[in-house]
Amino acid sequence: MSPESLTLLAPSIPLLGTILILAARRHPDVREAVTLVTAVSLFASVCALYPVVAGGGRPRIVLLEVLPGLALFFEVEPLGMLFALVASCLWIVTSVYAIGYMRANKERNQTRFFAFFSLSLASAVGIAFSGNLLTLFVFYEALTLATYPLVTHHGTAKAKEGGRTYLGILLATSIGFLMVAIVWTWHLTGTLDFRSGGILHGAAPPGVIMALLALYAFGTGKAALMPFHRWLPAAMVAPTPVSALLHAVAVVKAGVFTILKVVVYVFGFEALQPPVMTTWLLYVAAFTILAASLIALTRDNLKARLAYSTVSQLSYIVLAAVLANQAGILAGGSHIAMHAFGKITLFFCAGAIYVATKKTEISTMDGLGRRMPLTFLAFFVGSLSVAGLPPTGGTWSKWYLLVGAVEGGHMVLLGVLALSTLLNVAYLMPIVARGFFLPAQDGWSDGIKEAPPLCLVPLCFTAVGGVALFFFPGPIFHLLGLLL
Amino acid sequence: MSEHLPILLVVVPLAAAAITAVLRSGRIAWLVTLVTSWAVLGISVSLLVQVLRDGSIRYVLGGWPPPWGIEYSIDSLSAFVLVLLGGIAAIITPFALRSIERELERGLVHFHYSALLLCLAGLLGMTSTGDVFNLFVFLEISSISAYTLIAMGPDRRALHAAFRYLIMGSVGATFIVIGIGMLYMMTGSLNMADLAELIPPERNRTISVALAFLTVGIGLKLALFPLHLWLPDAYTFAPSAVTAFLAATATQVAVYVLARFLFTVFGMGFTFEVMALDRILIPLCLLGILAGSMRAIHQKNVKRMLAYSSVAQIGYVVLGLSLVSLTGLTAGILHLFNHALMKGSLFLAMGCIMYQVGSVRLDDMRGLGRSMPWTMAAFVIGGLSLIGVPLTVGFISKWYLVLGAVEQGRWIVAGVVLLGSLLAVIYIWRVVEVAYFEEASGDEPVREAPISLLIPTWALVLANLYFGIDATLTSGIASGAARLLMGGG
Repeated sequence: MSPESLTLLAPSIPLLGTILILAARRHPDVREAVTLVTAVSLFASVCALYPVVAGGGRPRIVLLEVLPGLALFFEVEPLGMLFALVASCLWIVTSVYAIGYMRANKERNQTRFFAFFSLSLASAVGIAFSGNLLTLFVFYEALTLATYPLVTHHGTAKAKEGGRTYLGILLATSIGFLMVAIVWTWHLTGTLDFRSGGILHGAAPPGVIMALLALYAFGTGKAALMPFHRWLPAAMVAPTPVSALLHAVAVVKAGVFTILKVVVYVFGFEALQPPVMTTWLLYVAAFTILAASLIALTRDNLKARLAYSTVSQLSYIVLAAVLANQAGILAGGSHIAMHAFGKITLFFCAGAIYVATKKTEISTMDGLGRRMPLTFLAFFVGSLSVAGLPPTGGTWSKWYLLVGAVEGGHMVLLGVLALSTLLNVAYLMPIVARGFFLPAQDGWSDGIKEAPPLCLVPLCFTAVGGVALFFFPGPIFHLLGLLL
Repeated sequence: MSEHLPILLVVVPLAAAAITAVLRSGRIAWLVTLVTSWAVLGISVSLLVQVLRDGSIRYVLGGWPPPWGIEYSIDSLSAFVLVLLGGIAAIITPFALRSIERELERGLVHFHYSALLLCLAGLLGMTSTGDVFNLFVFLEISSISAYTLIAMGPDRRALHAAFRYLIMGSVGATFIVIGIGMLYMMTGSLNMADLAELIPPERNRTISVALAFLTVGIGLKLALFPLHLWLPDAYTFAPSAVTAFLAATATQVAVYVLARFLFTVFGMGFTFEVMALDRILIPLCLLGILAGSMRAIHQKNVKRMLAYSSVAQIGYVVLGLSLVSLTGLTAGILHLFNHALMKGSLFLAMGCIMYQVGSVRLDDMRGLGRSMPWTMAAFVIGGLSLIGVPLTVGFISKWYLVLGAVEQGRWIVAGVVLLGSLLAVIYIWRVVEVAYFEEASGDEPVREAPISLLIPTWALVLANLYFGIDATLTSGIASGAARLLMGGG
């Protein structure tokens, strides 16, 4: 099959999966089989594209012309390849986990859940492959809408409230800022294509470039730059598999992926050099990193703590992108993968603990590690990865981020990153320590054992994956090297 | 035969209206209306094809050459609006059959179709004529039949709503006829093309006053903020099919008439450079967008909510015109078309709910997401289109509007346009939350609307998606029409 048709096929697979899942609503086993087959075939087709893109190819296929001179089209380049690989690989794992989780918790409306999950993945892959800003915007909005029923899955007042915040912030930022930025870019350059070296360089005075940068950075609400981060903690009312794949990987990474793409292909590094001021945005990101970490420290609910941790980690990538130098892009791009494996492990653990014990608050998890050793061990590995410590993949992205900050001459950021690592350790490690070393609270721990295998195996897999990325980061950096 | 199409377009529904009034049978009246509306659609499509191929059509009525006789003049803008009218009528008539039977008394049904055909004939005439007095006559035909249509509403308050509309509409019509009289006084002509030549380009008090009378008069007809007060009641209490029909056609034709007068008759130079009308219209549109959307948020009756949303959407359309740029005009003309698709589908969805539940109050929509999945899905897609989500027509409109504002560096305009979208998120989502997250309260289970109501609704919903995914056709026609208006032709 030609790379071009594969490019079209990949996002169509989960779309077809959605329809089949709906069709199989009366047969849960068939339905779950459809989910798994869809996930595996999506991953396979994305993998089949890897050699082409790694070899320098950029398969491209035009879908249709929306407006005169403005088409929807896919073009797979290294960043998108990386994002699609991460999302589709982790979808398989999450599907296994989700089946275990949803069944163990006897959740209602499972068909709707799996159908929209599949639709969300189709949107995510669409974002990854989009060849211009319009295509990206279309799938960006589709992802927001497709995840809404997942966030509000339980249908309670709290879910409704969370859904409002979720939709409100994501739509307000994307319609209010991102769309203006896109229209403005179109007005200035007459194109919305992603081109190496950018399209805005020389097309506008520095003041306009700065305004556009602000519109793009804040308009991409999914990147959760403060003060537009509230939707992410609000989204935690969703069932845990949603939090794991969508709100630690697909949705949030779609946000920072957009920012990376815009910096690399719309602005281009040269457009972001002085006299264009980018330092203020670096400091906004730095502030988000620290502030979100501090808030995470104060949260007793495990998922809320992880959510704020994600807010903080996303700003690493924004920071890396806005540095607009080679090390920055290596850091930002690789952190998409590294953080994905770390954070999804942590969410899987949170879900496993909930399935096994119905506990959500950290203060009630004392001594749990001895009952659920594998889960807590995985949590430990995931924490290392998120904090960027060896032997996990997170080390590399943090390394390049430090290099990029030094190259850009931003010594203050070194301090911020060091402090942030300490904060990461401070809000994640106590959970592990409590689990293993504190005595269990009265009585309840007797009947507790590890979560069912369908939940346990995926989290072990992602934990091992986080470690493997430390030893074998080659393919990721090979892909990103193509950008430089 | 084909050279007589412009007049057939008006004569056919006019004759059909007379026939239905005499026949005294609801079913047969419906059948006549159905055939007529499809014939109108066919004629208007062939006119559009002809105009796009060969340029504007001029048809002289009764062989009296203009400026003495009445001339019909169809260019790409009028042909585009004609196709919209024909299409909406052809889709809504099948819907009307069961919806009207349920909502109206038996004896009124055939009168309803008669009035509907009259209204359609009037709207078609306004769009195709090239004579300002003839335009006024058709305006009265369509308005008076619209008052009748609204007054037939199932709720007694429909009478009050129709009466209010009658008063306001008559004031508007009077203003229009005064304006036309002044133009005639100054130029001695009633032919649009002739007037365009004769009206002096420099400031002239009588012509200026004529412009003022016409703008306010048409503003009343199209419910331009703050002249919109008749609209919410009229839309709320009219029969469902009538609301959908009027919301998708009457205001659009009024906007067309406004564009005709401002750009063709008075000319861009006089209207916007000498008189600087944009300085009045743009702030009014922006206020209309904000005020309409905010009022919509607080409504308990969803039809009324959509009516207030219409006030805001009319603001978008007129805003596009008043930007006086190629992009702005394209945006206005596109949104005229797109808004008809959105509101048509949303009001038809309301019609389905009215048919099954007997109410369109927000409180009565609990649990409808589950019991009427197709209707509510149609509502959600129509709502997304109203918000302006990509792959719907709303996005295309917003795209051109924001582009038009950005081109001229009007950041406030761009901001308000997008703020309006966000307000639409709020009022659409109020309905979504009630329909999908709250349990049904009633004792007896609600069932999905019959297929004969769902097909027309979904036809419009799919049109929302189709023209949002591939907008090359509509935006091509709209920008061609905009170029024509800008050319002063």
